Amino acid sequence: MLAKRIIACLDVRDGQVVKGINFEGLRSAGDPASLARRYNSEGIDELVILDITATLESRRALAETIRAVARELFIPLAVGGGIRTEADAEAAVDAGADKVSLNTAAISNPGLITTLANRYGSQAIVVAIDAKRAGDGTHFAVYSRSGTTSVNRDAVEWAREAESRGAGEILLTSIDRDGTKRGFDCPLTAAVSAAVAIPVIASGGAGGRDHFVEVFTAGRADAALAASIFHYEETSVRALKRHLQQHGIPVRL
Amino acid sequence: MTSPSVALIDYHAGNLTSVKKALAAVGAQVFVPATPEDVVDASAVIVPGVGHFDATRALGPEWVDAILQRVGEGRPLLGICLGMQWLYEGSEEAPDVRGLGVLSGECRRLKAPPGSALKIPHVGWNSVDQSRDASIMDGVASGSQAYFTHSYVAPITGDTVASTEHGESFASVVQRGQIAGVQFHPEKSGEVGLQILRNWLRQAV
Repeated sequence: MLAKRIIACLDVRDGQVVKGINFEGLRSAGDPASLARRYNSEGIDELVILDITATLESRRALAETIRAVARELFIPLAVGGGIRTEADAEAAVDAGADKVSLNTAAISNPGLITTLANRYGSQAIVVAIDAKRAGDGTHFAVYSRSGTTSVNRDAVEWAREAESRGAGEILLTSIDRDGTKRGFDCPLTAAVSAAVAIPVIASGGAGGRDHFVEVFTAGRADAALAASIFHYEETSVRALKRHLQQHGIPVRL
Repeated sequence: MTSPSVALIDYHAGNLTSVKKALAAVGAQVFVPATPEDVVDASAVIVPGVGHFDATRALGPEWVDAILQRVGEGRPLLGICLGMQWLYEGSEEAPDVRGLGVLSGECRRLKAPPGSALKIPHVGWNSVDQSRDASIMDGVASGSQAYFTHSYVAPITGDTVASTEHGESFASVVQRGQIAGVQFHPEKSGEVGLQILRNWLRQAV
C-alpha cells in the first residue's frame, strides 16, 4: 500500500538552516547537510530545501547546499523559494534537486509550469499554494510573495489549473495555521485533495503527532510537511511514524 | 578489480544527475554515450528515464542495435522507470512507438478501482513484494519500500521478480538473465535502492 509521506522542510538562508538551531549532537547546528543526514537516519521520506531569502548571493549558497545534501542522500529532494525562471529551475536541478517548487512565479507566469513540466517531467514540478480562509471561512484565497499579497484567486480552482498545466504535486500551506502549532487546516487540505488527481502535501500548523493523524484522515493529505517540530527529539520522525502506524495509517518504517 | 563502466543512455527523458550520483556511490564509473558506437565500450548499460513513453522514440534503430549487441555479448542491461517499460514490446501511452521487445507484454495505464480515492500518478513509497528469487534482490527483504512516480505499468509475467499494488498489482522488479528492470527509482529509494544497484552491478564486473 502506498505510504503517507512525512516530509521535512529546511528553511535555509545563506547556506544555513534558520529555524530551530539548537540541535544537540550536531557538529554544526545550522548545517543543512548535517540536519538532512539526521532526518534521513530517522526515516524521513523526502526533504524540501526552502531558500527563504532568495537573493542573488543566497542563490549561489543554495546551489552549494543542494549539492552537499544531494551528494549523500538518496531520497527525493525538492527545492523552492524564489524560483522564478527556467534558469533558476535548471540551476536547482543541475545541483541535484529532483523537484522544484514554484509559488509566486507560477501565479504570475503559469506557462512556466508547462515549460518546466515539458522539460523535466511533471514528477519534477511542485506548485506551492499559500492559502488563507476568506469570506465566511469556507473559501480559501491564494496569496503570493510569501503570503503577503492577495492574488484574488480561489485555492481549489488554482490547484486544478496548476494540475492541468502540468504540475505533478501540490504543496499546500495554510497561512492561518503556519507557525501556530494548532494543527493542519484539514478542511482546506481535503477540499484541494478532492479536486485534483495529483498528490497534495499539507503544510502549516504541525504541532504534535495527532495533527498528522488528522491531516491524513480528515484532511485526505497524501503527504505532510513540517519544519520546526522535527527539531526536537521528542517528536522524532521515527516516533511520529510509529504513532501513525498505530492509527492504521500506512507509513514507511 | 576495476570498477565497471556503465553506459547511461541519455534520451532527454528527465535529469540524470541523481542516477549518476547513486551509481558513483556504489562504485560504478558512469559515462553518457554521445553516439550508439560508444556503447561498445560499456561493461553494462542503463536506460533510465521518466515521463512519456513517446520520449523513447529518440532511441532509434542505431541505439537499439548497439544496446542489443551489448546484451547479446552477455553484458547486463537495466531499465529504470520509463526505461523498464521500454524493455517491453510497447505501451498504450504511445501505441505507435515500439519498445525494445526483450521482455514480452505491453505496458498500460494504472487503473484505480471505481469509486476509490486512489490517486494516479502513483507517487511515493510503496512496498516491493518479492514473488521469486533473483540476484537483483539479494539482501533486500520482501516488502521493502521504494520510491515510485509513474502512471503506466508493466504486466506481471514470468519475468516478474516482485510486484507492487496501487489499485492493481503490477511488475515492480523484473529480471530475465542479464536483463533487469525496476519501476521505482533506485537512485531515490535510500539503502534499498543502492543495494539493488549493487546487486545489478555485480553482474557487470
